[in-house]
Amino acid sequence: MEAPVFATLAADCVPAAGSAQVSHGVLVFTLSPAELLPTARRLRTEFDFDVFLDVTAVDWLGQTPRFEVVHHFYSTHHKVRVRLKTRVSEAEPVVDSLTALYGSAAIMERECHDMYGIRFHGNADLRPILLYEGFKGHPLRKGYPKQQEQPLVPYIN
Amino acid sequence: MDAPFRPAVSLIANPVRSIFEGTLRDDSVIVNIGPSHPATHGTVQIIAELDGERVLRTDVHCGYLHRGFEKECEDHTWHNLIPYVDRLNYVSALINTFTYCDAVEQLMGVQITPRCKLLRTLLSEYSRLVDHLTCLAAGLMELGAMTAFLYLVMVRDHMYEHLAALTGARVTYSYGRIGGLARDLPDGWLLRLEAIFKQYEDFIARVHALVDRNRIFIDRMRNVGVISTADALSYGCTGVILRSTGVARDLRKDTPYLAYAELDFDIPVGINGDNYDRYFVRMREMDESLYMMRQLSEMLQSPAMAGPINVDDRRCSFPDKALVYSEIESLINHFKLVMDGPVVPAGDVYVAHEAPNGELGFYLVSDGGGTPYKVHCRAPSFVHMGGAHLMMNGGQLADIVPTFGSINMIGGECDR
Repeated sequence: MEAPVFATLAADCVPAAGSAQVSHGVLVFTLSPAELLPTARRLRTEFDFDVFLDVTAVDWLGQTPRFEVVHHFYSTHHKVRVRLKTRVSEAEPVVDSLTALYGSAAIMERECHDMYGIRFHGNADLRPILLYEGFKGHPLRKGYPKQQEQPLVPYIN
Repeated sequence: MDAPFRPAVSLIANPVRSIFEGTLRDDSVIVNIGPSHPATHGTVQIIAELDGERVLRTDVHCGYLHRGFEKECEDHTWHNLIPYVDRLNYVSALINTFTYCDAVEQLMGVQITPRCKLLRTLLSEYSRLVDHLTCLAAGLMELGAMTAFLYLVMVRDHMYEHLAALTGARVTYSYGRIGGLARDLPDGWLLRLEAIFKQYEDFIARVHALVDRNRIFIDRMRNVGVISTADALSYGCTGVILRSTGVARDLRKDTPYLAYAELDFDIPVGINGDNYDRYFVRMREMDESLYMMRQLSEMLQSPAMAGPINVDDRRCSFPDKALVYSEIESLINHFKLVMDGPVVPAGDVYVAHEAPNGELGFYLVSDGGGTPYKVHCRAPSFVHMGGAHLMMNGGQLADIVPTFGSINMIGGECDR
């Protein structure tokens, strides 16, 4: 059973370069970085997607572009979720920040920057949130060894 | 003569850089609350600028309990993650496990059995009850209500023991399985449940009588830590915080999962979005959980619901132990499930359940193997930390403690 808003969204909001499909009850858009902010703005203002749930990234090491930034939105009106997938390259892992649209973007984009090194253009405060000041590298990238340690407090002996 | 003073450890770099570059005014001061402070429950750091006792602005830092949960998940089979996800929100561990299992099951296209669905729903509500009891008890104790704390924690401890009788552990149970549960209910478990409910009702009535109209409690809680509906939505607040502002938004009603569509229950909401409303919404939600569990207990005892708790699917369910020792197919099946893990088709899924703190979501990516390619947890506590300053700014320094307590930040899921 598909929510009626999905048909409207798929017909009305499919960007030129992207595509839309329903996967496990979530409408998924595949976007280019330039389309992210306009699409999110339309979701917010025209389609009542009032909660920005989550942003994370997937590191497809070996593929180009390497990173896939994944945004999730929820509408308390339609009671459905939308996922936006944006591919960005390793050389320039930058997408637009959604801080102008949603308050929750500030802290969640900080985490994604911590973990994957994705830069959010327009988010002025990308200080570490789960990591600490001066941490080198981005631990959830596939190239970061799981066992690598960066102790802030030096080991005794 | 005297040796020069040497510190026992070398000076350690500050892990946190405050966003405040100097004070707003000449007579204000910046103080540091936490990360090791009894009132911060977990380890969280609040950098606050104060004008006397009034909080001008705050900068909230978390991450002190970060242990690389998501990185570790990429190195273990889907089954092996169950003990890890338990340790996200360790006060209501069962809900984490069920959400995670639900996400993997959706990716695999597995339908759990009707009895498993009822049991998971009952245990989810039991977890919510325990979580709210813990949060309320701690919050009341911080305001000096030691009696209420002892009442609530005593009831909670009986619930912990009762859950231990089912799962073998008090707090982190590892009880869920992909495609089912570890074991069925022991004899007499539902009878004991009813006895605990009676005790709960007795003591919760005493707490209502002690606290609800208590002048001190009301003065400390009402119109303190207020957040508006618009702010709560914009800052991604879900669960009790959003409902305390008057919005009846609950995933159990909005996007029904497990057996919630078959149950009769209400969504309690607040009026003001202040600490008092969050207290009361939690108290009322516990009553609703109890009401749901009584319905579920009755359903579970009907002969029609006496079926198996695990799906008969060799991709995820372990074969019967007697067969593992007696026939080669089951032995190979067991070996492959342990060594390679359940094979989950390539794809991604986002599944969210209504946890006691709000929307707990798992975003899983599989590349078709026995270990996940990526596990991401959308932790309600973490998102709430992004909006916590709204509830603390403009209040009194002493009000940070009950406000922070009513947000119910759990370090395990917040910092992952």
